[in-house]
Amino acid sequence: MQRIGVFVCWCGSNIAATVDVEKVAQTLAQEPGVVYSTHYQYMCSQAGQEMIQNAIREHRLTGVVICSCSPRMHEATFRKTVEKAGLNPYLLEIANIREHCSWIHKDKLTATEKAVILGRAAIAKVQLNAPLTAGQSPVTKRALVIGGGIAGIQTALDIAEAGFPVDIVEKKPTIGGKMAQIDKTFPTLDCAACILTPKMVDASQNENIDIISYAQVEKVQGFVGSFSVTIRKKARYVDETKCTGCGLCTEKCPQKKVPNEFNLGLDNRRAIYIPFAQAVPKVAAIDPNYCTMLKSGKCGVCAKVCTAGAIDYKQQDQLITREYGAIVVATGFEPIRLDKFDEFAYSQSPDVVTSLEFERLMNAAGPTGGTLLRPSDGSHPHTLVFVQCVGSRCDGGEKGKSYCSKICCMYTAKHAMLIREKYPDTEVYVFYIDVRTPGKNFDEFYRRAVEEYGVHYIKGMVGKVTPQDGKLKVQASDLLGGRQLRIDADMVILAAAIEPDKTARPLATMLTASMDTNDFFTEAHPKLRPVESPTAGIFLSGACQGPKDIPETVAQASAAAAKVIGLLVKDSLTCSPCTAKPDELMCNGCSSCEKVCPYGAITYIDKPFRGPNRTTLIRRVAQVNPAVCQGCGACTVACPSGAMDLQGFSNQQIMAEVDAICR
Amino acid sequence: MPVNETFKPTIVAFCCNWCSYAGADLSGTNRLQYPANVKIIRIPCSCRLNPMFILRAFQRGADGVILCGCHPGDCHYTTGNYYARRRMTLLFSLLDYMGIERGRTRVEWVSAAEGAKFAATMNDFTETIIKLGPNRRLEDLRCKTE
Amino acid sequence: MSDWTQRIQDISGVNPRKCMKCGKCTAACPAYDRMEYHPHQFVDMVQSGRVEELMASRGIYTCLSCFACVERCPRNVEPAHIIEAVRLAVIRQQGGNHMKPDQIPGLLEEDLPQQAITSALRKYSKGG
Repeated sequence: MQRIGVFVCWCGSNIAATVDVEKVAQTLAQEPGVVYSTHYQYMCSQAGQEMIQNAIREHRLTGVVICSCSPRMHEATFRKTVEKAGLNPYLLEIANIREHCSWIHKDKLTATEKAVILGRAAIAKVQLNAPLTAGQSPVTKRALVIGGGIAGIQTALDIAEAGFPVDIVEKKPTIGGKMAQIDKTFPTLDCAACILTPKMVDASQNENIDIISYAQVEKVQGFVGSFSVTIRKKARYVDETKCTGCGLCTEKCPQKKVPNEFNLGLDNRRAIYIPFAQAVPKVAAIDPNYCTMLKSGKCGVCAKVCTAGAIDYKQQDQLITREYGAIVVATGFEPIRLDKFDEFAYSQSPDVVTSLEFERLMNAAGPTGGTLLRPSDGSHPHTLVFVQCVGSRCDGGEKGKSYCSKICCMYTAKHAMLIREKYPDTEVYVFYIDVRTPGKNFDEFYRRAVEEYGVHYIKGMVGKVTPQDGKLKVQASDLLGGRQLRIDADMVILAAAIEPDKTARPLATMLTASMDTNDFFTEAHPKLRPVESPTAGIFLSGACQGPKDIPETVAQASAAAAKVIGLLVKDSLTCSPCTAKPDELMCNGCSSCEKVCPYGAITYIDKPFRGPNRTTLIRRVAQVNPAVCQGCGACTVACPSGAMDLQGFSNQQIMAEVDAICR
Repeated sequence: MPVNETFKPTIVAFCCNWCSYAGADLSGTNRLQYPANVKIIRIPCSCRLNPMFILRAFQRGADGVILCGCHPGDCHYTTGNYYARRRMTLLFSLLDYMGIERGRTRVEWVSAAEGAKFAATMNDFTETIIKLGPNRRLEDLRCKTE
Repeated sequence: MSDWTQRIQDISGVNPRKCMKCGKCTAACPAYDRMEYHPHQFVDMVQSGRVEELMASRGIYTCLSCFACVERCPRNVEPAHIIEAVRLAVIRQQGGNHMKPDQIPGLLEEDLPQQAITSALRKYSKGG
């Protein structure tokens, strides 16, 4: 006979305000099998947990139902609670009367009635719960970091520092990411390369770090602790072990007309190239879309000049498969395409640039050697107009993004300040909707731009930019001054919204990690678990989770590393015992379950069974590997004989819940 | 069809643990209202839903059953919701054959971020069921305790 | 919320509270110089219930309905639709009928189609 205890939580007033907790406890006490029923202010508090434990001991409970918040919140907490009182942790069920009841309904009578039914369903289920013992699965002590920007580099460095091997997969020929393209950083104005490149060198020299550049993740299998990842290392047609990075080939290559993506197409590079001087690894790569040798077999200049003999036109893509215990996503961001914002004439005039392009125009290693020149005619610009929120904070998401891109206010202030400092003869206008500067020393920085550097901040948006007679006619409205402005500008700089990298979506599908509607990775909890994905073993670092500036990215990168280290120091993980289990007597070995299993957890063995008249029958029956089974239950439905069942969510248990709800 | 004002339908919502159940939690966290008729049963994945459970619910007097899972391609178990989709398509044609109104069963994809969609779906589904009226055809009176 | 705000919202199908006051509508407006109130102010006035002031202004007729503001608005507030709604509100004003049935005989002309008169009556005397 079952002896079930029911514990109804008030959650302060969160539940008690709309659910009559006392009545719920009283009504549920009448349910068959219930021997004890009570309510308390905070069941998850120490006093509440002790109350549960005492009741388990005093009333010799065989099952516990807690009516409280979502099981996604405190199921683990309460499992530990009942376990400490000597009850199997899987003899616990939670009725979600907060998120699914008290927070949804306003009428106390309705909410109480629903809470009773939800409690009843949990009682019906717990009657059928069986004690389960969690198995153990091993942890591969190696981490994978996807993305080699500042986020990925920092995460990898921290994990390596703790003594674990870590691989960085980077899709470009070099690590460094967006930060390598940036000129100066706010609010201190120190040069980005000066603080980034030492970290890149650290990463390349750390013996625990293996940088797999010019590569992409192709396939992910497995689960937390033992992922198996296939990485496609693209052919760069240069032997990485031989290339010394001397750069002679990049000077001699006759194909000179390749848009240089590192400078965002503002200048050209050769078909064989090293993205930038401080690239890591400093190894050349051949662009197969432009190389004459690869396209027509006629050239071979680079092979002739290379003294190291590193050029290999026959190189093929390479597939590397490695085992990892944890995966960190650090895929970063991209500025959005501006082709839908034709009013700013971005596609009509080369003098209308994005802020990232402007970084390159100001950078000493950029196409103009650090002198600010108009891309159209190379002249010195006198009037510069910055437009903020281009594509950010748009309604509906058709044209732009609904969110604030967070970093634009600060980098625009930085750009404006740098121009005024370097070229005092300029007039700089910044058109803003709101200036958002929460952050250490951020508002002071913005005020400095206005007060010390005399940047004209104007509340209002630019309505139209028209290229005319070598100038850019900017039509805008000064909302606070109540006047219409027509500015003849030399350059217009657009603070384009940022969006997650395009590779993030297919990667999320491979990792079965969830994303929000904007393709940013979702965190396991927005406040309390900000660097973990809801999928176990997947961690988030940097702008792939949401717009972030460099300090925040580095902080999150280190946080993700700490979480990975916490996982990798364990020798084994406790796996969920809610796995599939076949009834061998009912199984007819038809293989239906094996076909639907996404993890390959099901195998078949020939097993002897006792037949009639002392005979022995050999029958083929299914077997589930509990360390591999993740408990999705696909097999339970596919099984024609009903032999396969899922522990913790058995057919009987779910039907009991259905019955209780429909009663 | 006359709409019965006092008709309080029983609606069972099966929600997968990773997306839709979390989406339902989110609509609670955001205090988005939907009718109390909807009672949620947590299942690990939409593919755990045996069509039998739906028939059982109808037999026991449920007026509508809805299955919510992760969006196609986003299943926590990679392929579970594809199985669920196929199975439900088959079940729906069976229910058609049996003469059960199409509106009584539904499949919706609700992600963990779509609290508002969850609430809107439940509001809409409840409205549909109220219009359809009580489920009579599959209800098995022998199952009733009273 | 004032009744007027709700009314304009009902007629236009646009929610003026979505406006984040960026002024892109005004910046794009070709009729700026001829207006006493500018597009972003229209939206703000509707939002704060100052619709009657707006109805009395000539500015609403200076709007060309060129829809530049609708095209540019990042928030789908669509100022031109709000202005059109204000113009309609003027037309539909209760008691402020611009045409009465007994005026019709005086207006009748040989060349004027009957239907024009009927629709004019409908348009100019429609109660709100």
